[in-house]
Amino acid sequence: MKVIAPLYMAALYAFIFLPIVVLVIFSFQDGRLPVPPLKGVTLAWYADVLSDRALLAALGNSLIVALVSSAVALILGFLAATALARTVLPGAALIRGLLIAPMTVSYLIIALGLMNLWRELGLTVSLWATGVGHVIINLPLCFAILYAAMGDQQRHAERAARDLGASEVRVLWHVTAPMLMPSLLAAFFLSVTFSWDEFIIAFLLTRFDVTLPVEIWSLLKSGLNPKTNAVGSLVFLASIAILILLELTAFRKRAP
Amino acid sequence: MTAPVSLRAVTQRYGTHTALQGIDLEIASGEYMVLLGPSGCGKTTLLNIIGGFAEPSTGEVLIGGRSMAGVPPKDRPTTTVFQDYALFPHMTLADNVAFGLRMRGVAKATRHASALEMLDMVGLAEMAGRRPHALSGGQRQRVALARALAVSPDVLLLDEPLGALDLKLRRQMQDELKAIQRRIGTTFVHVTHDQEEAMAIADRIVVMQSGRIAQAAPAREVYLRPANLFVAGFMGEVNKIPLRDGQSPLGPLHPGTGTLCIRPEAIGTEGPLSLGPARVTDIAFFGTHIRAHMAPLATPDLTLIVHFPQNAAIAPGDTIPLFARDTVLLQDTRT
Repeated sequence: MKVIAPLYMAALYAFIFLPIVVLVIFSFQDGRLPVPPLKGVTLAWYADVLSDRALLAALGNSLIVALVSSAVALILGFLAATALARTVLPGAALIRGLLIAPMTVSYLIIALGLMNLWRELGLTVSLWATGVGHVIINLPLCFAILYAAMGDQQRHAERAARDLGASEVRVLWHVTAPMLMPSLLAAFFLSVTFSWDEFIIAFLLTRFDVTLPVEIWSLLKSGLNPKTNAVGSLVFLASIAILILLELTAFRKRAP
Repeated sequence: MTAPVSLRAVTQRYGTHTALQGIDLEIASGEYMVLLGPSGCGKTTLLNIIGGFAEPSTGEVLIGGRSMAGVPPKDRPTTTVFQDYALFPHMTLADNVAFGLRMRGVAKATRHASALEMLDMVGLAEMAGRRPHALSGGQRQRVALARALAVSPDVLLLDEPLGALDLKLRRQMQDELKAIQRRIGTTFVHVTHDQEEAMAIADRIVVMQSGRIAQAAPAREVYLRPANLFVAGFMGEVNKIPLRDGQSPLGPLHPGTGTLCIRPEAIGTEGPLSLGPARVTDIAFFGTHIRAHMAPLATPDLTLIVHFPQNAAIAPGDTIPLFARDTVLLQDTRT
């Protein structure tokens, strides 16, 4: 048992991280193909990535779509969660269910639906359409996280704030939001990562300005290339950075 | 600041359940009023109605002569000390106490000066920069009090404020609450289910029973002249002796029919009313007194609880002639 447990753990981590490790290693490949053997180490592919205007534009687009759509999803989710947590509404269970339902719908269906809707409205697909799609997939997530975080302590503090003369808007601003800050940060950063990674909606709802996953996909069409590894490594680095940020901010404060 | 509170025919219904039934009560300006009763008697509902957290189904609440109908909690001249204190965990004590003034648009320097003054009043000035989680239960309670008083309310509502404290601290806080109330003169309305707490602090006690006021009077009167059997039993231990046309199991004691109520400490070896001899079946030493179970020789099935002085020389098996004072005859309406 003493041997098996660490071995099991090592195997599990290898299973999860080996593909990423391989990706990162061969992003330094001094050659045309990102496959063994490793012929030498170079940063040329990173230089290539960082001088690729289309790729950098896509990275910027991804960042904007992720931040804006997450902020919108967070605000909408926060308002819905506070409303449902503090008032008894007829059909509250149904309202909650409908809010969370999009989580179970495949991104492909959401993308197709949005594509049709956009056409019906006479609009051309764009980063805006992608952003709307990302709000749709992240709103249920934000709502669920925030709704679960609201407890009696929250309700009682809000009541005390009203008793001391706070209007509803000031209750939200001075009490509800600060008390939920760890959950707000967690929901926001999770939304950002989901939007950052999302491919199918972005693929179907963008045309000229595209997000990073779509740009990487078009790179891949021209065959395997250490450059795609370099992009992948950079994206992975960004995800890790967000994760560390989350650990240092949102999750640390959970401990009382 | 201070103001009187008038409750006029206040009734509260939740569906078919009636939580409060026709409550009429005048609370004077600067009075320390305690609403006392068992859980479910409607005392907290009444407090919520005064504070504006619930609107009565019918009836009227006036504070300082002004009708409170449709006035939300934030616009009422009341503040509340909540049972769980409900401090803001993300704010320092100073910010907690200054919150109400901040909501009233008081400038930062001014409101912090007032907050420090209030914290000083409850003995926590040196902890102003701390957050609530660093405090003990008693300290949180003081912060909640300071926060509620910082806006100089006309009426302070206290919802079982000492319920979470241990006995010793509770007695100490009772004294402090009363002293603070005397000093600032604000009307206090305090809800509790602890009759000793009620007697320790109240100018007047309102004993509530199933959504109605059973009795509203000073502690002495509620204890010695209870309005009914429920009040008699709720305010403390009581011996109940049935009477029918002046006859009781102990012989003729008192004219009339009903239940003769005698407090354990009102029975002893002398007094105006003879209860006849009784045998000691069990005793226990309580520090301030000796509590004895006594079986009257006339009816050994009836057990009387008697408090003897600390130094009384009694032992189980002794037969002692008993006398009573301060008896009250109550009619059996409902208990």
